[in-house]
Amino acid sequence: MYLSSSRAADASAGVARDRPSVRRAVAGNVVALGLVSMVTDVSSEMVTAVLPLYLVAGLGMTPLAYGLLDGVYQGVTALVRLGGSYAADRTRRRKLVAGTGYALSAVCKPALLAVTTPWAIGAVLAADRTGKGLRSAPRDALISLSTTPGEQGRAFGVHRTLDTAGALLGPLAAFGILWAAHDGYDAVFDVSFCCAVFGVLLLVLYVREPRPSTAERRTGTPLPGAVRALRTLARTPGVPRLGLAAVLLGTATISDAFLYLVLQQRHHLDARWFPLLPVGTAAAFLLLALPIGRLADRAGRLRVFLAGHGLLLAAYLLLLTQAVPQLPTAASLFLLLGTFYAATDGVLMAAAAPLLPPALRASGLALIQTGQAVGRFAAAVLFGAAWTSFGPGTALAAAAGALATAVAVCALILARGTATGGSTAPTSGKATA
Amino acid sequence: MTPPPARHRLPVLLAVTALLLAGALVAVVRAAGRADERDHSRPGQPTVNKGEWDLNHPGRLIFRNLAWGPLRDHLAAVPLTAPGAARTAAPRDCLRFHAAAGTGICLRSKGGVVPGHEAVLLDSRMRALRRFPVPGIPTRARVSPSGRLVAWTVFVSGDSYAGGAFSTRTAIYDTRTRTLHDSLEDFSVLVDGRRHRAVDHNFWGVTFAADDTTFYATLGTQGRTYLVRGNLSRRTLTAVRENVECPSLSPDGTRIAFKKRVRPKGADAPWRLYVLDLRNGRETPLAERASVDDQALWRDRNTLLYALPGDYGADLWQVPANGEGHPRKVVASAVSPAVIGR
Repeated sequence: MYLSSSRAADASAGVARDRPSVRRAVAGNVVALGLVSMVTDVSSEMVTAVLPLYLVAGLGMTPLAYGLLDGVYQGVTALVRLGGSYAADRTRRRKLVAGTGYALSAVCKPALLAVTTPWAIGAVLAADRTGKGLRSAPRDALISLSTTPGEQGRAFGVHRTLDTAGALLGPLAAFGILWAAHDGYDAVFDVSFCCAVFGVLLLVLYVREPRPSTAERRTGTPLPGAVRALRTLARTPGVPRLGLAAVLLGTATISDAFLYLVLQQRHHLDARWFPLLPVGTAAAFLLLALPIGRLADRAGRLRVFLAGHGLLLAAYLLLLTQAVPQLPTAASLFLLLGTFYAATDGVLMAAAAPLLPPALRASGLALIQTGQAVGRFAAAVLFGAAWTSFGPGTALAAAAGALATAVAVCALILARGTATGGSTAPTSGKATA
Repeated sequence: MTPPPARHRLPVLLAVTALLLAGALVAVVRAAGRADERDHSRPGQPTVNKGEWDLNHPGRLIFRNLAWGPLRDHLAAVPLTAPGAARTAAPRDCLRFHAAAGTGICLRSKGGVVPGHEAVLLDSRMRALRRFPVPGIPTRARVSPSGRLVAWTVFVSGDSYAGGAFSTRTAIYDTRTRTLHDSLEDFSVLVDGRRHRAVDHNFWGVTFAADDTTFYATLGTQGRTYLVRGNLSRRTLTAVRENVECPSLSPDGTRIAFKKRVRPKGADAPWRLYVLDLRNGRETPLAERASVDDQALWRDRNTLLYALPGDYGADLWQVPANGEGHPRKVVASAVSPAVIGR
């Protein structure tokens, strides 16, 4: 048994509660969503871990064949994310939309076994990713609606910790199965499917749709149209600033894969250590997500969000200096990246959620996530172009310059909005250690 | 969507969880059973005998044996004149293999729970001289005609969700100077006479010329592939032609067999086997109509060997290099061949 029903019931009541007791655990709904994410991540990372092996060794395929369609899928995912979140808000059925996303990803696992051509595999992976796009914003809206405004950072910290734990366990589970059953890729996909169904089951049984508050019920009766919803969001104090900051900082954020590539090319990291980099980054994220989430509740979420990007800048600068030996560089890189994720991923949602009206929470979070994703996509294109024209060193130096500028500009933008932004700690009494 | 009442939740959770656990267990047990089955030989499959052989004896075809039984994935040898004869399998397991002039290169899985891979340099008596850890899944292996240089390519999987990005890494090792060129991505690349840099440079499928300096490989970047001519002493790579993958230089050094991406009519036919004449730049499509995803190997001056998907993984086929004739299956349940010439 994972959750007592009393804690789940507590979750639905938690929305209306203003003053949480000092030692109260996070809402049962948040823990339930965290467990759903954990089980789902075990499922999806199992597949991710063995997919290259399956394609190359199992099907005898060249994986480079389908990497090209990536950009198209990302665009589709963004549209589905926005549409799904808007529908979730409009119908007030965030749980249903999130559940649809989880279920879609679940059915993709057995589908992967049925297809054998690169195009079909690409299509199934796209459907899988669409499911992920569909569920993230409604799920984050559920987390925030189940938590008091003062404890958002902590709640998202709990969720991201569980989520990342699943991501680390998934590959181990997959390789365990392959060890027990040599070449048993179908068994990996079958078990992954069972895990995904278990995630959907936990969601259906233990996650509750938070009841709308009395105020929301009164004012929100005429459901807003898409244009009106956008206008409302644009006029909500603090939201445009935060959205702008997310886009700007996203445009200066180059992906981990690029940073690992720089590490390999400029620092000639031994091939042996290469697979450990993402694991190290995830482990640091796992350990720090909750403490930094709690820190963000006390010290200010925007401040922590900006400081996180400061750490990313430190990672860029670390890679630019070639004086440090390769192993300390690699270790520092995954510590910095893990801390960057812990200070920005859930914290951005925790900073945004309390600003958004409950009736538009999923849409607002989806907009900000999409803005950040668009920014990061632009960053990848720009960084790739800079690499092509000037080489990796100059490209990275340019990225560092852009990030430093973005952090400074965002500090100015966000400082002007702190009067309305939810960055200050609500009460001094609940600073529990 | 409201959860069911509290008193129903636990029974539902337990019942469905039990079902899911049972399903997962059955899947793993069945897969494990199938894995065991592969350790037993099947009627109608080629005979495989345990034995020893070396790389000095000419007139042999060596490959990774895929026939079921305890010697599956081991290197096996057959006479070139009778490739369908009983195979002799040596106690060495490889995923990819190549050999020439008494030097062998074997790319293998190290086993263990988290699978690692390594490249093993072999001497003429199949003893391991040196081991190199490799950062991904083995796909191509080649030895230069003199036996001095070896090259290998592995797939490195990205860490992005749902595995969107893959890249390759190709290394070359000089057995005489003991220099390891860890990644061709460190070489300077010239396309159309100009220095070319890109974040998505990928190299695969090395083939060596007789001078032990010149080699050819594939460069993939921005959705295109190029045939590149490499110079090992200058560490340069020059693009010489577009849409050429997995080159294989003929023994006389005048022609290159390769796979060419043809416009996909059906989704299943991405590559065709071609031969490029380096003297006049003419391309000849070969008689094989099926899609070939392999680095072909010159069996002799006029014939190419390559793998096609088969009942037990893959079979080796051959086709004339001049575009005439018909493809013919040479060795069933085999992949990654090496010809030990005279």
